[in-house]
Amino acid sequence: MELIIYGLVNSISLILMSIGFALAYGVSRVPNFAHGALYILTGYMTWVFLNQFGLPYLLSIILALIVIAVIGYLLYQVILIRVRGMPISEIIASFGVGLAILEFLRWTGLRGMAHMLPLFVKGRVYIFSVPIDYQRLIIIGAGIAVLTLLWMFTTYTKTGLSLKAIAQNERAALTLGIDSDRAAAVAVSLGAVLAGLAGVLLLPLGNIVVETGYEVLVFAIAVSVCGGLGSWKGAVLASLLIGFAQTLTVTYLASHYHFVVALLVIIVVLIAKPSGLYGKQKELEERV
Amino acid sequence: MQELRKERLDRGVKVRCDSIYAVSSLKEVMFLVGPGLALVLILLVLPLVVSPYWQRVLSITGIYVLLSIGFGFLANYVGLVCLGGALFVGVGGYLSGIMNSVGVPMILSIPIAAFAGAVICTVLLLPCLPLRGVYFAIVSFVYPLLAARLIAATGIFGGTDGIAGLDVLTNRWFNIYLIFFVLLVAIFFMSRLVNYEDLGLVFRGVKDNEQAIIASGINITWYKAQAVFIAAFLGCFGGAYLTHLYGWVGMSLFAIDFSILPVAATVVGGSGILYGPLLGTFLLVPLSEMMRDYGTLRIVFYAVILVFFVVFWTEGIMEYLRRKYEQFEHWVRV
Repeated sequence: MELIIYGLVNSISLILMSIGFALAYGVSRVPNFAHGALYILTGYMTWVFLNQFGLPYLLSIILALIVIAVIGYLLYQVILIRVRGMPISEIIASFGVGLAILEFLRWTGLRGMAHMLPLFVKGRVYIFSVPIDYQRLIIIGAGIAVLTLLWMFTTYTKTGLSLKAIAQNERAALTLGIDSDRAAAVAVSLGAVLAGLAGVLLLPLGNIVVETGYEVLVFAIAVSVCGGLGSWKGAVLASLLIGFAQTLTVTYLASHYHFVVALLVIIVVLIAKPSGLYGKQKELEERV
Repeated sequence: MQELRKERLDRGVKVRCDSIYAVSSLKEVMFLVGPGLALVLILLVLPLVVSPYWQRVLSITGIYVLLSIGFGFLANYVGLVCLGGALFVGVGGYLSGIMNSVGVPMILSIPIAAFAGAVICTVLLLPCLPLRGVYFAIVSFVYPLLAARLIAATGIFGGTDGIAGLDVLTNRWFNIYLIFFVLLVAIFFMSRLVNYEDLGLVFRGVKDNEQAIIASGINITWYKAQAVFIAAFLGCFGGAYLTHLYGWVGMSLFAIDFSILPVAATVVGGSGILYGPLLGTFLLVPLSEMMRDYGTLRIVFYAVILVFFVVFWTEGIMEYLRRKYEQFEHWVRV
């Protein structure tokens, strides 16, 4: 029972971490390698707003999310827009931005145990006699809420539909008057917000450290590769798969193998089915 | 308003050297071999004029040059973005260190580590070679992180302390000329390979249009594996050499510096030709050495330079210099 509950929490955490990456890649085809950096940056900004400026917790979270949205938008408009369609430059540029953010944070003193976000609600409950704290319950709720909202956003709103159109066929979307650069900017910005949201939700469970930024990037990539790059359905399924696999290894082997699981998943999927679980239409394209 | 545009024309000597095979004067010979000769001379003289401390820095620069050449070769001639230079350095360094610690002398352990390390790295990266796109970058980025984690967590190969007390290359003149010799051989070999050999042609074909290469009945995975082997060989040699420069191996061999600096150097130096990464490394490593006191701000510094060059000055410094060398420019009326 414990396994199922904590596996679920882990899977939802993975969904939260990776959905932003999957969204940005799925729409703008720009692999946003700065994803992990945005995750940590939001957590750090929330910490700064909370502790240095003394704002209330909720307000600092909202402010940090707004700032990260602007940063994501600028990241696309200033940098990524100039290298679109050149995969090598896209990777290098976004990775460079992420690296600059993370290492700058490290330089300003983001290390050790000094930076912690408080839990939203303290305390724990027992579900089927398994202790679980409220923060993890909130994570499950938030994960499901985010997925539902995203699904509604891409199914019922005009902007969301235009994002989907660009992802499916950019040229056809262009002929119908959808501005692909605007859509991509929105997607990257939204991806940044989702990364930030994940950060704010998950970081209270541990310390804000730079290494987490790299880890989140790797997890996001593992989930996206496993589910098929750019496919959301695949991302959810892959999160469940990897989440439970991680929980199993952590329970039966040792806690530091959860990173190894993510890497193994990437490699096994690349050998067995390179397009991922749900990447059917791009199978030929990616194969070669 | 009078509008002007810039016109570029090849210099006469360039045109003669390109089209007429019988090079007829010393001037033309110098035009062709001059840059290579200048490079050799600079590398010969440089260690003589700097202090022992900077000689050590130059040796380290040599290692980075090997990594950068490997990266530039993979990225621009084969179309694989390798974000894992640290993997090559780490595997080469650890192999050599482990062999040395059980009694293999340096003269054997370095070449064996370079070769065996390259084989190991190629096998590790093999799963993502048949694919196009971002997969290679992803996997090569993950391996060094994973290796450092595994070593720290399981305590194999000395764990976080590393293996100390290995043989040390003591003669500093030998050290520096060894690495310079290797990098010159590497760069001349590689530029021959990519420009004049059939293998280089296949590599560039793989970069430009993989489907056409497959349609020609060529197995691209095999060729990509060869390319990765060449780059990994250079990196593993660098790692093994670094191990014996300090007489120590540790997790810092998997540090992100080894992955990111070659990328930055290649982008700054210019990606069109193999000399670009070399120039970029010789600019960036000493600069970063001067910034040693600022800690990880160095990495921020490369990253910012990297993004600037990728986005705003894609051709890089070397390509710019080559244009100045081969062509003259003037303004003409439109």
